[in-house]
Amino acid sequence: MAEKKIIDARGSFCPGPLMELIGAIKMVAIGDEIEVLSSDRGSANDIPEWLKKVGHEFLGSREEAGVWHIKLKRSK
Amino acid sequence: MKILIVGGGMGGTILANNVARTLKSELKSGKVQITMLSASDRHMYQPGLLYVAVGRMTPDELYRDQASLLESGIQFHVDPVETFMLDDNQVKTKGGKVHSYDIMVIATGSRMWPDAIPGLKENAEFFYTEESAVKMFHRLRQFEGGKIVIAMGVPHKCPMAPLEITFMLNEYFIERGIRDKVQIHYTYPIGRVHTLENVAKWAQPEMDRVGITYETLFNLKSVDGEKRVLHSEEGTEVIYDMLISIPAHKGMEVIETNKMGQNGWIPTDRYNLNMEGRSNVFILGDTTNIPISKAGSTAHFEAETVGANIAALVRFGAPVRKYDGKVFCFIQTGSEKATYAMFNYLQPPDPKAPTRAIHWFKLAYNKLYWISARGLL
Repeated sequence: MAEKKIIDARGSFCPGPLMELIGAIKMVAIGDEIEVLSSDRGSANDIPEWLKKVGHEFLGSREEAGVWHIKLKRSK
Repeated sequence: MKILIVGGGMGGTILANNVARTLKSELKSGKVQITMLSASDRHMYQPGLLYVAVGRMTPDELYRDQASLLESGIQFHVDPVETFMLDDNQVKTKGGKVHSYDIMVIATGSRMWPDAIPGLKENAEFFYTEESAVKMFHRLRQFEGGKIVIAMGVPHKCPMAPLEITFMLNEYFIERGIRDKVQIHYTYPIGRVHTLENVAKWAQPEMDRVGITYETLFNLKSVDGEKRVLHSEEGTEVIYDMLISIPAHKGMEVIETNKMGQNGWIPTDRYNLNMEGRSNVFILGDTTNIPISKAGSTAHFEAETVGANIAALVRFGAPVRKYDGKVFCFIQTGSEKATYAMFNYLQPPDPKAPTRAIHWFKLAYNKLYWISARGLL
C-alpha cells in the first residue's frame, strides 16, 4: 500500500522546500505520496514546475493560513 | 549528571566548551561529568577545503589537535560510537567501552555520497575531503583549457559552496592567464542559480557579467565517463572536459546502522533540538533532519542553544531557550570579494553586494574559527 510522507519545510529558506523535496523523493518508494508544507508562496509554482519536468505526478495544492500544502506522487 | 557528546566537529566542540565553561563549578565538584567521543584526534576546519582546492590554503592549515581545543575537565576519547542503546541511555564504542549518560548530544556530521549517482565517483573531482581537495588542486593546475562543469546532488552541506567554487574558478583561471580558454558551466537543481532567491538575484547577473554559463533545473542522474557526458533527471545532457561535483550527502554510517534516521538524518525537533521521542538526547548540526542549511554556522548556533539548555537542565531542571533557525553563511565571490547571507526561520536573507571588507573578514574568520571552536567567539 502506498505510504504518505510529510515534508514540513515551513520556515525553510535554505535549502528550501523544493530542494528538500528533491532530496526526500529519493527516500520514498515509487507510488508513494508526499505532501510538502511550505510558507513560501513560490513553492506553489516551483514544485509543480519541477515535477512536470522530471515526470512525477502533481496531485494538487492548496493554501491554508499562509501555508501551502503541495501534494505529489513519486512516479519513477 | 553525565553529559555525553558524540562527535568532535564544530557543533560538538562548541557545545562541549560552552557547557564546560558554564558549568565550571559543577565540573570541578564532580556533580557533572562531560565526555566527548570522536573518531579523530584532529579537528578539521572544513570551509578551508575550498581554498585548498584552488591553492590558497595548504592542507596542514585545516587541522588542530582536538584535545587542544577543549576546556579542561572534558574527558575526550578517540573511540567512536558503534552502537546506540537509547532505551538504556548507553552507547558502546569501537573499543568496546560502554558509556552511560543522563544527557547525550549527537553531532556526528555528514559525508559525501557520490555512489548515489552512477559514474560520478570515478569521473568527478570533489573538494569535500582533504584527499579530494588536494587531487582537485593538482587537476586544476594541469588543466590548460576546455569545459569545466559544476554539478551537485541534494542534500549537500555548505549550500554556498557551489557558487563559491564557481566564482573562485573564474578568478583562478584569470590569474593563470587562460580564462579565455576555459568555459565554466554551472548547473543547479532548481529553477534559479541558487536556492536563496536573493542570492540568485545577485549571482545570475554576476555570472552573465564574467561569462559563466549556467543551466538550472538540472539534477544529476548519471555520468558517462567515456563520452564525458552528464545526464539529468530532467532529460538533458551536458558535455564536460572536467567535472567538479558537490554530491548528495548522507549522515554518518553509524546513524544508519543504528536505524536512527533514514540516510543518517535523525528526526529532530526544530526548536528544542531534541531527538523526536527522546527528551534527553539532543541533535546538532548536519545530522538533524531539520529543513535547514547543513552548514557550520547552523551547528554553531544550535550548539549555543543546546548548551544553554543543558546548563539550565542541570541547574534548574528545565530548558531556557529555543533555536530560532539562525544561519550565517559567508559567500566567497572570487579571490578578493565576499558577501554573506544571514537568516532564520522567520527572516529571509538579504545579502548585499560583495565587498573587499567582507572578504578580509572571511579570511580573518578562517583563522578566528579556532576561537569559535573553543566557544569564545
